[in-house]
Amino acid sequence: MSETQTLRAWLLTDAPTSRRHAKLASLYKGWLSLRSNSMAMFGLAILIILGLIAAAAPLLAPHDPFFQDLGNRLGPLGAEDHVLGTDSLGRDILSRLIYGSRITLYIVTLVALIAPIAGLLVGTVSGYAGGWIDMILMRITDIFLAFPRLVLALAFVAALGAGIENAVLAISLTAWPPYARIARAETLTIRSSDFISAIRLQGAGPLRIITKHIWPLCISSLIVRVTLDMAGIILAAAGLGFLGLGAQPPSPEWGAMISEGRRFILDYWWVATMPGLAIFTVSLAFNLLGDGLRDVLDPKDSGQ
Amino acid sequence: MTLLDVENLWVKFPTRQGIFDAVRGVSFTLGRERLGIVGESGSGKSMTGRAILRLIRPPGIVTADHITLEGQDLMTLSERDMRDVRGQKISMVMQDPKFSLNPVMTIGDQIIEAYRLHSKSTKAQAYDKAIAMLEAVAIRDAARVMRAYPHEMSGGMGQRIMIAMMLIPNPKILIADEPTSALDVSVQRQVLSIMDKLVTERGMGLIFISHDLNLVSEFCDRVLIMYAGRIVEVCDAANLHEAQHPYTRGLLNSLPRLDAPRKRLEVLKRDPAWSEAPSVGGRQ
Amino acid sequence: MTELTIDNLNVWFGHGRDRVDAVKGATFSVEKGESFGLVGESGSGKSTILRAITGLVSTWSGQITVAGKPLGPKRDRAFYKTVQMVFQDPYASLHPRHSVDQVLGETLYLHGLGDIDKRVSKLLDDVGLGGKFRFRYPHQLSGGQRQRVAIARALAGEPEVLLLDEPTSALDVSVQAEILNLLTDLREDRGLTYLMVSHDLAVVGHMCERLAVMKGGEIVEVMSADALRHNQATHPYSQALLQASIGG
Repeated sequence: MSETQTLRAWLLTDAPTSRRHAKLASLYKGWLSLRSNSMAMFGLAILIILGLIAAAAPLLAPHDPFFQDLGNRLGPLGAEDHVLGTDSLGRDILSRLIYGSRITLYIVTLVALIAPIAGLLVGTVSGYAGGWIDMILMRITDIFLAFPRLVLALAFVAALGAGIENAVLAISLTAWPPYARIARAETLTIRSSDFISAIRLQGAGPLRIITKHIWPLCISSLIVRVTLDMAGIILAAAGLGFLGLGAQPPSPEWGAMISEGRRFILDYWWVATMPGLAIFTVSLAFNLLGDGLRDVLDPKDSGQ
Repeated sequence: MTLLDVENLWVKFPTRQGIFDAVRGVSFTLGRERLGIVGESGSGKSMTGRAILRLIRPPGIVTADHITLEGQDLMTLSERDMRDVRGQKISMVMQDPKFSLNPVMTIGDQIIEAYRLHSKSTKAQAYDKAIAMLEAVAIRDAARVMRAYPHEMSGGMGQRIMIAMMLIPNPKILIADEPTSALDVSVQRQVLSIMDKLVTERGMGLIFISHDLNLVSEFCDRVLIMYAGRIVEVCDAANLHEAQHPYTRGLLNSLPRLDAPRKRLEVLKRDPAWSEAPSVGGRQ
Repeated sequence: MTELTIDNLNVWFGHGRDRVDAVKGATFSVEKGESFGLVGESGSGKSTILRAITGLVSTWSGQITVAGKPLGPKRDRAFYKTVQMVFQDPYASLHPRHSVDQVLGETLYLHGLGDIDKRVSKLLDDVGLGGKFRFRYPHQLSGGQRQRVAIARALAGEPEVLLLDEPTSALDVSVQAEILNLLTDLREDRGLTYLMVSHDLAVVGHMCERLAVMKGGEIVEVMSADALRHNQATHPYSQALLQASIGG
């Protein structure tokens, strides 16, 4: 017990003794304030479970998600051997949901990597450089913002062909402008602060100022925004899947599963509802976590 | 005559490291006088002012044996009754007028609204009253100022307008929290002398919270010196420069002085015993 | 020897009808090793002069000469090694996510100095902070400690001239005394030249040998601190300022 006590004290110190110590201590303090937010912890728990399910899908799934059993079509909930029933081709819905979590995570991770980074680059360069660079970059951003998101993604997928990679690209392409806007707004306030003036007076160039001084302050608000947007990204991916432009059959993508189940929704409601519930749960988890992260990461509060 | 009687006031903030006591058992009374509260940042002087009006937001906790205003204990009042006390009986002027005035309303509308909130009167009466008040705080061309927006005002003007607004409902007590720190020195004196005149004329009690020892010794009757949430010394403002407590002495000596040039300034040596010693009572 | 000369300096913001002339025809010079004060109320243009010297404001005309070299529109590395600045608000002048170690280490790296580890601890010792503050973040420091870090950062490149923009106006008087003493000691040890901006006549009188009084963007009077002390200010505005700050 005493050992954990001292570890805790070591992590909570106000006088760290090394670079690593300082980093760990500030991470631990962030974790403590996140942990005190029970809703965020609930969201985080769901996401961790989702990750575990995706990793252990072959062990967890009771059936092969692609195995068709036409004699056992549209089996009811709680049926023997098929807890969540079977779909129109007699495939086990539970197994398909479990394997589908991999696709969902794949989409979410890729979009979360591409869109905010593109937005961060465009936004900070635009905000710091100002002048005509700002003009051009922001007008490009405006053009992308002016398109309805799903329609632009549709057009893009239609041009490149349906498929999960193209769906990811299409979603990223429509998702980055808001991040660019946020990053630019943050950069404009950071740019005029004294600590940026101070580093300029040490002879630092724009590249160093943007990457080392502005990015660390923008990233936290972007992370928050990304987690809050995750729900929208999952839904957009599901939407594309639903329209038949995302993942292609027989891939167990949740949106595509809803799309298939739609035909029988009145008589066999669970076929479409189960993947819908899965999408709902994961979206909610991301939103809860995003709210919690906002409280922890918001640079405006972390001063004190 | 005692207007306000504060007994054993504590302000606590729960933090991860335990409870932080911003104010630790402060007692004082306020008569029809100008009472200064001085101290450095973190000494609890502002918290004391806010706690009297119960303006400390949760998770902050205020406890006191009593805070009595004209025989009524403010600690027992409901939040609803407290709202009538604020402004009507005790007013507060904050440091920066920019943040205290509504930027999208004209100054006239704000004063009139503040006035009509507390007294039943027609718009015309309120308007006349507002003009009279602006003139009382030495604003020339009051009718023009009434139509202006806060951003068109300088800092000194803004602070005078705030004082005018706070004094309209004829409060018994005015709490001024660093009212002139954001202003230039030449404007400072002007604003203070206006406040001083109004408070004295109306027989109000003034609590003047400041970090500036010279200002306080000039504009107050009595001074409480706060350190680490406690009152360490009480003295007559006129005799502030003969103060006894080493903390007060240290503060006075650390000021650079034009008339007594020194190569190095004296540095305050903090003694842990200061914050351990019990609070001095500020009663009269 | 003259370290810094300002000749007929004009600084403006905006253009056309929105143009505001913040500094109008300012002229003064500071000797090597001297401490020179700029006094005035808010909006008098005193801080703007510092920002024009450092190049943080680029819309200026006139002549600025530092260590014998006239400044052009761009500042080079050599300039930043000669002239450094300490900002007014220690809460705004340190990057909130950078530890003291990062702040000083990066500054030393930018000045092309080696042996960074040793120099960081030397700098911290020089400003009276010591090693235990090295890995702290700004939010773990008090205002006075932050200002010491800012001074250490300004000293990292071993400059000759320090521009001090109200370095103590955001601090308590007891902390102000500590910082002013530190600045006095540093000037003595390193033979620094100070150009100090303040609204507080007592602080300028304590720190500077000579001072210029500014009003509305113009320098109304240049005098010695002794003259200020003996009430020998000639311009009515300087006298009014003096009256206001000593009271009465």
